[in-house]
Amino acid sequence: MSKPEDITETPTPETERATIEADIACVGFGPAMGGFLTTLNRAWMENPADRVFESTVAPGLPLQVICYERADDIAAGVSGVVTAARGIRGSFPDLNPAHIAMAAPVTSERILYLLDPIGASSRSLSLRIADRVLRALKGTLGVRNDAYELPWAPQFLHKAGGLVMSIGQFNQWVGTQIMASGLVQIWPSMPVSQPLFAQNADRTGDKVVGIRLTDQGVDKYGVPGEGFVAGMDVRASLTVVGDGPFGSVGSAIDRRMGMPPGHDKREWALGMKFVIELPAETVLEAGTVWHTFGYPEPEIFGFLYVHPERLASVGIFVPSWLGDPTRTAYRYLQHYIQHPFLWRHLKDGKLRSWGAKSLDESGQHGEPFLGGDGYARIGEGSGATNMLAGSGVDEAWTTGVQLAEAVLDLLRHRRSFTQENLSATYESRRRSSWVERNARNAINARTGFHLGFVPGLIGMALAGMTGGTVSLGAKIPKAHEQLRKRRAISQRDLKRREVAMLAVDDGRPLHDALMSARGWPEIEFDGKLLVSQQDALLMGGKVQAMPGFPDHVIFRDAGLCIRCDDKTCIAMCSGQALNVGGKGVPNFEREKCVHCGACVWNCGQITANGLTNIELRAGAGGLHSAEN
Amino acid sequence: MSPHIVVCAGIVPDPLQTLEPIVGPNGPALKNEMMLPSVLDPWAASALYEGANLVAKTSGSRLWLVSLGPKAKLQQVMMTIAQKVSFELIAVDSASNGFADATTTATALACAITAIPDLDRSKLLLFGGWESASRGAGVTLQTIGELLGVVDQFMGVDQIDMREDGSFEVLERVEGGKHQVSVCAGTPAVLGWATGNLPEPRNNPQIGMANMRTVIPALQKAKQTAIGNDGQQFLSATLPSQQRQTRVVKDMAPDAIAQELVEWIGAK
Repeated sequence: MSKPEDITETPTPETERATIEADIACVGFGPAMGGFLTTLNRAWMENPADRVFESTVAPGLPLQVICYERADDIAAGVSGVVTAARGIRGSFPDLNPAHIAMAAPVTSERILYLLDPIGASSRSLSLRIADRVLRALKGTLGVRNDAYELPWAPQFLHKAGGLVMSIGQFNQWVGTQIMASGLVQIWPSMPVSQPLFAQNADRTGDKVVGIRLTDQGVDKYGVPGEGFVAGMDVRASLTVVGDGPFGSVGSAIDRRMGMPPGHDKREWALGMKFVIELPAETVLEAGTVWHTFGYPEPEIFGFLYVHPERLASVGIFVPSWLGDPTRTAYRYLQHYIQHPFLWRHLKDGKLRSWGAKSLDESGQHGEPFLGGDGYARIGEGSGATNMLAGSGVDEAWTTGVQLAEAVLDLLRHRRSFTQENLSATYESRRRSSWVERNARNAINARTGFHLGFVPGLIGMALAGMTGGTVSLGAKIPKAHEQLRKRRAISQRDLKRREVAMLAVDDGRPLHDALMSARGWPEIEFDGKLLVSQQDALLMGGKVQAMPGFPDHVIFRDAGLCIRCDDKTCIAMCSGQALNVGGKGVPNFEREKCVHCGACVWNCGQITANGLTNIELRAGAGGLHSAEN
Repeated sequence: MSPHIVVCAGIVPDPLQTLEPIVGPNGPALKNEMMLPSVLDPWAASALYEGANLVAKTSGSRLWLVSLGPKAKLQQVMMTIAQKVSFELIAVDSASNGFADATTTATALACAITAIPDLDRSKLLLFGGWESASRGAGVTLQTIGELLGVVDQFMGVDQIDMREDGSFEVLERVEGGKHQVSVCAGTPAVLGWATGNLPEPRNNPQIGMANMRTVIPALQKAKQTAIGNDGQQFLSATLPSQQRQTRVVKDMAPDAIAQELVEWIGAK
């Protein structure tokens, strides 16, 4: 049973709860944890008999290192990436991309400004003028298929020497190697509900003493039923938190320990993408990388990465600073792939899988305390993503490596995992590394987008070309404040709204209805590449949720939902797991949730306690796509 | 009577993935099979859960899981399965896939079973799947039984009840949604399971930790075994065709929906 002095984050029913002791408990298996466990595992394999690696909880045995991952498989990743792979190659100097499925060296990079061939996007006056100039001079400027290719790609965006990868496949490749040694156990399909806190005996403040796994055999409200299994407590002298941008453990630590002064996670984006099997006659070579902007909305950036064997990841990022409260992703993505510049390559392709994920784009503005007594933060949730370079995987991996090196230092010197010791080893490594230098350059690179799309581009270019010395300053509102409030509803808006509501009554998804009401043409489904969102949930990256777990999307105050006009959470829900509920409170269907987290930062309602009205808890299931 | 239960359970690509048969240099295969996550063959998984349930009710009984597949994939699958029920793993490292020859596969598995040190063959209940999510030839389990000299074989099993005198009653599926009831005088016997009656067990981290004491060593010493095709040739390999025509319809009477489905099926 848990020790009486434990303080857990949320009260749970009194129940018999088993406890095990480990040396290191890890939460989440992604690139950051891959870097951490790879480095730790290798050091142990060099000399397994080294007493440094002897467990303190099981004397005579090696360190007890246990990692829990929410997804049903370590290959169930949700991101196709292009990465400079600097840190990854540091760990694998002889890395051969051919050994990792869907990986290829970057062979070419292009940056494209996409004009709107339909005329449905919301473009500012300055952008409309620029578009007209481009169209008028298209022969001179080389505008083809409604796209203008920038004559040069800024250095800060380059991924030369890097890799195009599937994170699912990369995780699988890394995880298999780690587990083969037997030192580390990586348990998939096991969400962690919360950290275990305890008061420090000899100093003020709390420490993290381990983690609690999620209860199973409960109904959607968490009430124990048949086959109830109380989530086990895993006590460890070090808890490594790599559970992403809104993981339950990282979020609970942020609430408990607070954030460094001035730090807050305010900037987000939803990345959604298709994995497409390109037509047999494709001319796109593996390693091709396109970055796009300008369409389907100016604020929505897009990408196309070509993997080996005629597979391509094609997707968009819908940022929080796209203030439109009716923003969405799936329908936009369908319009995006039909842009003439992309469609000529994608037409007759086949959708193999689909995925979505929220990205923490706050960078160092959202960096939490990197370490405290008994815990350390790595990866995206630790503010590692660099939004100037558009890079997160390599940074995440490197922070994991840095923590492992620090842990090895502390083990060798028989020092405990206190805040001071982790700061002197892990944080100092990180601060003196390229991750930190690049993050500093990027810190204000995107703030200009809060002034508008064009100022945002200018600010990004300035920051990129001056190494962050010059950028456009702007206040970054909280995520919910970035949603534009309707001050006055015009007749036109009312009409659109009416059309949308009628469409929803007729069984159409809210986002679809809204997009059509705003003048976007209907999607003509072909059953292969252009399919309904519900069908996409069943293709390739199918969604599943094991029974016996509670709902993990919680509406804290139903009254706020009822009074909410925008329901942006529904429009932005990647899997249509949220839909319009009868009484104004969204319905949540756990079986469709891909755990993208978009609902949290797209909730415009704040409770009396200052919390977003949607809470995302630890949950099981999600996408089963290995190609993502 | 304390049976010694050996469950033969292969791994198959997660059926939720996009599966595409291709013809490779070594015969039929699935496109990118090695990059697809795998799961325990669902029918054999039922056998494992039923076996674990039986062992839990019968003191002195034991449960082994014999699994053949690429070691890395076996390792990955075991991290999920090992959380569900307690077993001792016997791993056979082989690059085989669902198109491997059933006789060769059965021979390799029979050898692995024969080599289990503490196995009392007179108490053997050989469990496996009645069907398979890989290719479903449906003969591997019976062949293993033959190779081990076990002549009492039951297929499509949904239930087994052990009796005090060592005999047991078996329910086998027969046509018409009914079961054939058989009583077997005692072990050894082969039982090819249908779905059984048990739900998939919850993931239990403690069971997982306990299993890891045997799973990792078993994987590390898994014997590499070549599974050939023994000269057989495949003329073609296809997946069952599927077609999706999603339509949102409101206020349609159930009879009308049924009628439309009947017409749609009839037109295919």
